[in-house]
Amino acid sequence: MDFWFFLIQVLNGVQYGLLLFLVASGLTLIFGIMGIINLAHGAFYMLGAYLAYWLARTTGSLVAAVLLSLPISAAIGYVIEALLVRTLYRRDHLDQVLLTYGLILIFNEATRMAWGADVHGVPVPEALNWSIKLTDTLSYPVYRLMLSGVCAVLAIGMYLVIARTRFGMWVRAGASNRDMVAALGIDVKLLFGLVFAIGAALAGLAGAISTPITSVAPGMGDSVLILCFVVVVIGGVGSIKGAFLGAMLIGLADTFGKVFVPDFASFTVYGVMAAVLLWKPRGLFS
Amino acid sequence: MTGGLPKRLTLILLVLLAALALFPVWGPLAFAAKYAFLLQKLTGIMILAILAMSLDLLVGIAGLVSLGHAAFFGLGGYMLAILSPQYEAANLWVVLPATMAAVAAVSAVVGFLAIRTAGIYFIMVTLAFGQMGYYFFNDSKLAGGSDGAYIYVKPVVEAFGTTLVNLDSKQSFFFVVLGALVAVYLLLRVVLASPFGRVLAAIGVNEGRVRGLGFDPMAYKLVAFTIAGALAGLAGFLAASQYGFVSPAMLGWHQSGHVLVMVILGGMGTLFGPILGAFILELAHFGLEAVTEHWLLPMGVLVIAIVLALPKGVAGLLLQWCGKKGEGGQ
Repeated sequence: MDFWFFLIQVLNGVQYGLLLFLVASGLTLIFGIMGIINLAHGAFYMLGAYLAYWLARTTGSLVAAVLLSLPISAAIGYVIEALLVRTLYRRDHLDQVLLTYGLILIFNEATRMAWGADVHGVPVPEALNWSIKLTDTLSYPVYRLMLSGVCAVLAIGMYLVIARTRFGMWVRAGASNRDMVAALGIDVKLLFGLVFAIGAALAGLAGAISTPITSVAPGMGDSVLILCFVVVVIGGVGSIKGAFLGAMLIGLADTFGKVFVPDFASFTVYGVMAAVLLWKPRGLFS
Repeated sequence: MTGGLPKRLTLILLVLLAALALFPVWGPLAFAAKYAFLLQKLTGIMILAILAMSLDLLVGIAGLVSLGHAAFFGLGGYMLAILSPQYEAANLWVVLPATMAAVAAVSAVVGFLAIRTAGIYFIMVTLAFGQMGYYFFNDSKLAGGSDGAYIYVKPVVEAFGTTLVNLDSKQSFFFVVLGALVAVYLLLRVVLASPFGRVLAAIGVNEGRVRGLGFDPMAYKLVAFTIAGALAGLAGFLAASQYGFVSPAMLGWHQSGHVLVMVILGGMGTLFGPILGAFILELAHFGLEAVTEHWLLPMGVLVIAIVLALPKGVAGLLLQWCGKKGEGGQ
């Protein structure tokens, strides 16, 4: 196999994995800390993409659109947590599944009503719309590199926040023992609200920055949601480190699956997951 | 016949069943031109109700939340498509047992692997197997790939050279499905009342204690998974017979999630709850769709309202009304 071709696949796989990590990290924290199986997480991804599409058209700048979409996604996440999710903490997991399933229906339909059922696209910003030439025939688009860069910076930032700050300490403590955190006098309500809002913002950001390389359409969050659940359980529920490794594994498996076994590309991701779970029934880190 | 249900509830359910069974009598008077369409709709809902009941055995009784149950539903449909001769009717007495046996075999293998995990991991492993099944039929050339496959001639029941039941007739198909619905309900009631069912329900409540009592939970879970898979295969067989068409979407996670919502909405672990869930969800879909093209929005609100207002689903509310608290649920 040609080295440059191989390199491009690795870059694509890593970029896809990093993007999945942004969505999956919120999902794993929400489950690990709050015990909520949030099916609506994919809807935040879709919402971010639609906000970016809409704001980019109004402001004329994708960067401004992405930055503006962040507080909106976070606010919507916070409100949903405060109004609906909060009532279900003491209830069965399946009730939460049902509630967030209802939210998916509402989000999908609301976006369809607001922006139509058509597939939309967002152009790559002018300044980033060029490619790095690798060989005579192969080149790699700069936007994808930048995408990986942004995701990587965020991943490192998230690691630092969780490992080094007081808020991160609460989060880690919450993931290992929720009741103890409450007993120690930490405002659990606020912590849960913040985690949910941050998760929503991260998923929205992933959706927003991926608009130039994917199409914006109703229901686009569903397939991402399923892949992120795959990532979360491979890594072990509640583990950020696990989510990162899982995301990389799935990103690379999906990319290389499409290259080597195009007929069974979609098979590879689920095959990897089944194999990991049969080997370690509770994920890699848990 | 309805096990430990309160008398009043049994009465309500029997009245509902009678109203359903007599639909071919009162339907044409009430709906006139729309009757044929509604008959088909109700038949479809009953098929989904069978699927929901089979999932309830796993989710509501054994505590195994499967998000890949539609795979067995779809497999049942595909088995009919594959086993049916192209230009003549298949014999129901041959293809139905063959389909259910094949689906049971596949679910036994999947179940053997899946029950090693628990909780959210079980949800995801079943999802993974379900999606693998989806892509297997979507990507392979075995039965039409992503285009799906047609069953040109519906199966028939023949005896001594004369056709007794022809599934091509909408009306007789309605009664066949109704019969299957009642039969599956009664079968599952018998299963649940048996020692096997008691142990299975105990596993759903506290697996550790069941193991402590000297039972092997794995064996019970595996048998339950196989029974549920075979019954889902039956539902898939009926669905394929109804429309004469199968497609990979029958196996996908959307379908699995949809059925799971029916089970939770209706009331887990009650068997009749998932049937009600199937009817409520599908009729709400049908009614809302007729009013607005944005029917998903009120549908989402309805689902959320039921979760917030009825912790144990519709069946929980009915059980409370009829004076028996605490039955069913998890």
